[in-house]
Amino acid sequence: MSRGQTTGQGRSVKDGARTVEPAPGRRTRAPRAGVRGGRGGRWAVLGAAALGLVLCAAGRTWAEDNTNSATISLTGAGATFPYPMYSKWFDAYHKLHPNIEINYQSIGSGGGIRQVTEGTVDFGATDGPMTEAQMKALKEKRACGILHFPTVLGGVVPIYNIPGVTGEIKFTPAALAGIYLGTITKWNDAAIQKANPGLKLPESDIVVVHRADGSGTTYIWVDFLSKVSEPWKDKVGVATSVKWPVGLGGKGNEGVSGLVQQTAHSIGYVELIYAVQNKISYGTVQNAAGKFIKADLKSVTAAAAGAAKDMPEDFRVSITNAPGDDAYPVASFTWLLVPDQIQNESKRKALVDFLNWMLDAGQSTTEALQYAPLPKAVIEKEKKAIEKIHG
Amino acid sequence: MNELLTESRAASEPSAPKRIRLAHRLARAGDPLFYGLTLASAASILVITGWLVYQLYVNCEETRRQFGWSFLVGRNWDPVAGDFGALPFIYGTIVTSIIALLIATPLGISAAIFLAELVPPRLSSVLAFLVDLLAAVPSVIYGLLGIFLLVPFLSSTVVPVLQKAVGFLPIFSGPFYGVSLFSAGIVLAVMVIPFIVSISREVLLAVPQAQREASFALGSTHWETVWKVVLPHARRGIYASVFLALARALGETMAVTMVIGNAPEISKSLLAPGYSIAAAVANEFTEATENLHLSALVELGLVLFAITIVINGLARLLILATARGQGHHG
Repeated sequence: MSRGQTTGQGRSVKDGARTVEPAPGRRTRAPRAGVRGGRGGRWAVLGAAALGLVLCAAGRTWAEDNTNSATISLTGAGATFPYPMYSKWFDAYHKLHPNIEINYQSIGSGGGIRQVTEGTVDFGATDGPMTEAQMKALKEKRACGILHFPTVLGGVVPIYNIPGVTGEIKFTPAALAGIYLGTITKWNDAAIQKANPGLKLPESDIVVVHRADGSGTTYIWVDFLSKVSEPWKDKVGVATSVKWPVGLGGKGNEGVSGLVQQTAHSIGYVELIYAVQNKISYGTVQNAAGKFIKADLKSVTAAAAGAAKDMPEDFRVSITNAPGDDAYPVASFTWLLVPDQIQNESKRKALVDFLNWMLDAGQSTTEALQYAPLPKAVIEKEKKAIEKIHG
Repeated sequence: MNELLTESRAASEPSAPKRIRLAHRLARAGDPLFYGLTLASAASILVITGWLVYQLYVNCEETRRQFGWSFLVGRNWDPVAGDFGALPFIYGTIVTSIIALLIATPLGISAAIFLAELVPPRLSSVLAFLVDLLAAVPSVIYGLLGIFLLVPFLSSTVVPVLQKAVGFLPIFSGPFYGVSLFSAGIVLAVMVIPFIVSISREVLLAVPQAQREASFALGSTHWETVWKVVLPHARRGIYASVFLALARALGETMAVTMVIGNAPEISKSLLAPGYSIAAAVANEFTEATENLHLSALVELGLVLFAITIVINGLARLLILATARGQGHHG
């Protein structure tokens, strides 16, 4: 459509140029002015071309405005972790409903929360739920509430590099907290060795690696640590960036895994998806039921199912260290942030339709991209929450 | 000359005097127009810089109010507790830049002397082209080379030797994890060398040939000519190249964050991990959800700006001082 218009624009420029081109020829009849006339002619050509361009550009935007009146365009911004999934969803949804365009910018959870608070986007996305203070700020600014809709689940796994140790290491929550607090400094510390009777761990210093950039992955990791360790909760706390008691920082999943690969006797954490896609082996973590669980899509979804029973109405819930025998303990939702009042009717309808589609058809496409789908109980609950969106 | 031409043409061609008068007036208008245009361009730089500082200043109001000047000397950076101090970042930024300049300046100037004075001109321009190419390599590539080539090489070869030889010095003590202030300084040095070489070479080539000939005529050797005549003559340009390199090193983000270790600590040892201002801002900005955290990051940006200005100012003073001392070199 727009391509057709562009060629039209090109043609009209040529036409414009052609009509003016004879100008210097006419002038040559007055011989002395010939040279200047030639120059003037060239200017005329250029001028006509420029005018043509301007006219066509104006014509095109006018035409676009005309077609856009039927197109509904939604904008969103936020979390980077679910970005591959979201872009696939938005693309698939656009194919089903050609008049609905959803643009998403993965600028980070912080940016997503800020932009939805300012009202510069139609919806936000975040890897960590909004705090009470942030929700209050949004309410004051926009005079409406905000709804959290879980979309998919992510897990975070411990990776390590110990020369001579090839087996899968089992981590108890106490061991992970101790390592990241700096109270456990050797690989053969009793807290690690006891859970791994089959492995001979060396008596070398542990090099701790964490994310340097603020990240939802860090949020999930430290959220788990603060649930299983009082000292962690008191000294460090939970956020997308924290003050790490020990360790080196790597930028992004690739930075952390690169550092772990480069550094002997190191430990780090990365997203489950990143570890699977790059075939990085990772350890198991002991869950609340006392079982050592290897992270995969099933065990991550199981964590959400385990937490679903006590799910609060607004879905702002952490599912780390969830109950259930099969639940992987270092997992989390990622959320879309949608204002509960959307005055533009066509936008409201489009967003509501998309949310419903995402919870039905959308959920069946998550596993291809290694994202864990939502458990049924959560989907039912979310569908009820969608009804809260009003005009 | 041009005017004369139009004048004579006007005289010989009374049929089109109006047009020529217009052209004449346009030609006259050219000067003020040109003046206005260049003035606007120059002013826009000032306006942009001023606006930038103003924006940074306004947007860090929260941390300025809460921490005041103690922001500059605080050592704690805790986004959860909302306590922010910039000292570890300032330290990391300055230390890595100093390491980079200590390595890059002698190397870069020597290379420039070689290219400008000793190599046949044709080969020199080919080599200079290669150097310019180095300057165009994206910094993330330098970072990757740093983490996958330099860091293993440092930890397997350089640092063990270094620690054996001068390990008693506190700056080379302690365990080495590969990523460190030292590694970041070396990567920065590699990154800024092309700037020093490229500009210094141009400056050296611009030294009048007569200066060299005069020196040779007095019986100087090649070395003496370069050291006593050419280099002093080109001194200011070489300083300028070093300052440009310094500015680049202070603000470099991507390559540094990949090899510095990103730990906001102040340690005596260069082999320990650290953090730089630019790296911290880039790392934490996107996911900073609390306003205070955001404000602290903006203030870090302001601090980096101030450091750059102070260092540049000192550099200008240095140039002025040396220029006064040896004014005749000009």
